Amino acid sequence: MSEIESAMSTPPRTIGQELMSEEGARRVRRRYRADARFRAYGIIAICIALGVLAILVGTLVSSGYTAFVQTQVRVTVDLRDADIDPADVRAANWRGIATGAIESLFPDLPQSDARVMRDMVSQGAPFIIRDAVMDDPALIGTVFDIEIPASDRIDQLNKGAIDRDSPADHRVVTDQQIGLFDQLEAEGRISTPFNTALFTAADSRFPELAGLWGAIVGSFYALAVCLVLAFPIGIAAAIYLEEFAPKNRWTEMIEININNLAAVPSVVFGLLGLAVFLNVFGMPRSAPLVGGMTLALMTMPTIIIASRAALKAVPPSIREGALGVGASHQQAVLHHVLPLAMPGMLTGTIIGLAQALGETAPLLLIGMNAFITAAPDSMLSPSTALPTQIYIWADSPERGFVARTSAAILVLLGFLVCMNAIAIWLRSRLERRW
Amino acid sequence: MNEATSHAGSVSVQHAHDVTGMPTKVHAREVTVHYGEKQALFGVSMDIPANSVTAFIGPSGCGKSTFLRCINRMNDTIDICSVGGRITIDEQDIYDPSLDVVQLRARVGMVFQKPNPFPKSIYDNIAYGPRIHGLVRSKSDLDGIVESSLKRAGLWKEVSDRLSEPATGMSGGQQQRLCIARAIAVSPEIILMDEPCSALDPISTAHIEELIDELRENFTIIIVTHNLQQAARVSQMTGFFHLGKLIEYADTGDVFQNPQHSMTEDYITGRFG
Ligand SMILES: Nc1ncnc2c1ncn2[C@@H]1O[C@H](COP(=O)(O)OP(=O)(O)OP(=O)(O)O)[C@@H](O)[C@H]1O
Ligand SMILES: [Mg+2]
Repeated sequence: MSEIESAMSTPPRTIGQELMSEEGARRVRRRYRADARFRAYGIIAICIALGVLAILVGTLVSSGYTAFVQTQVRVTVDLRDADIDPADVRAANWRGIATGAIESLFPDLPQSDARVMRDMVSQGAPFIIRDAVMDDPALIGTVFDIEIPASDRIDQLNKGAIDRDSPADHRVVTDQQIGLFDQLEAEGRISTPFNTALFTAADSRFPELAGLWGAIVGSFYALAVCLVLAFPIGIAAAIYLEEFAPKNRWTEMIEININNLAAVPSVVFGLLGLAVFLNVFGMPRSAPLVGGMTLALMTMPTIIIASRAALKAVPPSIREGALGVGASHQQAVLHHVLPLAMPGMLTGTIIGLAQALGETAPLLLIGMNAFITAAPDSMLSPSTALPTQIYIWADSPERGFVARTSAAILVLLGFLVCMNAIAIWLRSRLERRW
Repeated sequence: MNEATSHAGSVSVQHAHDVTGMPTKVHAREVTVHYGEKQALFGVSMDIPANSVTAFIGPSGCGKSTFLRCINRMNDTIDICSVGGRITIDEQDIYDPSLDVVQLRARVGMVFQKPNPFPKSIYDNIAYGPRIHGLVRSKSDLDGIVESSLKRAGLWKEVSDRLSEPATGMSGGQQQRLCIARAIAVSPEIILMDEPCSALDPISTAHIEELIDELRENFTIIIVTHNLQQAARVSQMTGFFHLGKLIEYADTGDVFQNPQHSMTEDYITGRFG
């Protein structure tokens, strides 16, 4: 008995006693502190990431928001004496008509100031008036008001981007132009509506006329081609490699190569597109078709890798269950594995496409950074794409393009956010539990 | 028919006096299995009688599942697995290259350890097999198969009013019975069950044991189990595996009451395993 008691008197401490002791309590406190620190690191990291993102978007918005509105001048056009053949409206002297309309805004100015007056509104004025009349031939022989975009300088002046108090030789508008602008403003001819041209017009030399429509259509065509090529090929390759390919040295090598392809810089794919599609096959330069094919090369490894991961994630028990009731291997894959893997595959595809949408280098190499003033009407007509349009605008000296570059980046980011939102939505829609 | 044959290193009693009195359904001779370099089965030979329940028992890793999966060639799906020897079902060699493995698997259904219903509706789970095998002409035929399979699996009462709900929303025991219903819906001749009750509570287990007993009338059932009482309760024949060898194979009463091999005795009395 005493032996037992003495053994009991110095027993190894149980875990409960251990935790209750002074030292144990200290250890627990230390662990709590470590936990809290760990959480704090995580929160700090997220804050930094969000902060950088906020700075990026903030800069873009602050420099780009002015591009979403456009200064317009209401000009009165008098076509009563104009010589316009209704059968061939295009042939009329629109330049003269526009000049007359603009000069009539400033009846006090001498003819010698014609140039100053013309510089108040966009040089596209003749075409804008012409297009309006072609849309509505009833205007022939009448007097009507039309909104014409102000020239880039006046636009900047109106948006407050030009400091009126700075010395005259430091600013791009003269005192006289400021005076004319104030006069128009006083007459109520100046308005600043939403800049629809940004979304409906193609590129132009004049920032006040330039828009993203051509680039949006170009990007759309290129992405459509990319999707049509990369999705089926990528998915078929993933299914074959994951489900059917024998595991041997060959397939192993193919796997390694695909993984490496995903890491190849995109400019290399551009060079490949240039060398193969343009030089060997002689396809047209700057065409969205070629852009899409080049982007497809780049996107395919991404799709294959994402699709294989999605296929791998399908539990083998589902496959075995199907085989167990006598489904063939192909039936098991098509009926059971593929539907379960589809959300992952689609998500991977959309993320791959989003990457392709933002890709610039390969498109530069195949010439999609050309100056093109009309939206492409087919996959083969020359075109720009959103990222290359940004590149072009960022390179242009006119003030108006500075804000437009930021605005274009915002538009591109908007498309990317939409695509990722679709991916998330698809995933939550299609994802099933098993 | 008391013929005891000895094989290199293993004494196997192929069939002791066969209490079932049934003709042989599955006939295995000298079956060996390698996983890559590693040998998992060493010359297993046994005759499994038709319309009876045969249980495989033995310690973990002894090759029960491996042997079971040889019978419907599920091992084909494992790249590194190679099978030697000869297995026939109704005298037909199932490893004959001219035999269609998909048809074989339709004849030899399988129920797995973990319930694995398809993530589809209860109805579609059962209907899948009959559909792909073209067993039905019309929707009403299919409805009939679904209903009778669920009834035979003892699940009809519980799910008849929610056939279109996802199968994954059922309890584990219900899911396992659904998997059994799914297996019998294609009217196989043999049903392989690999520890079908290991994830289930005693009540669900009792359900499935009853079910197995009823299914014996129409199917040949081979079941792997770690639960010796279960083997004793449901099976007519029992095979004891150890380290990839079939140590003893006889009718269940003999194996449990009068084991011929000391290893079997040690195992069923709980001295090792
Ligand atoms: N896919 C596989 N690849 C490699 N070795 C395997 C594979 N499956 C089984 N084995 C090996 O084969 C041997 C037999 O395995 P098996 O699964 O047949 O055992 P078991 O008797 O079913 O065991 P348990 O009762 O634990 O399920 C084991 O040693 C195992 O490691
Ligand atoms: Mg097993």
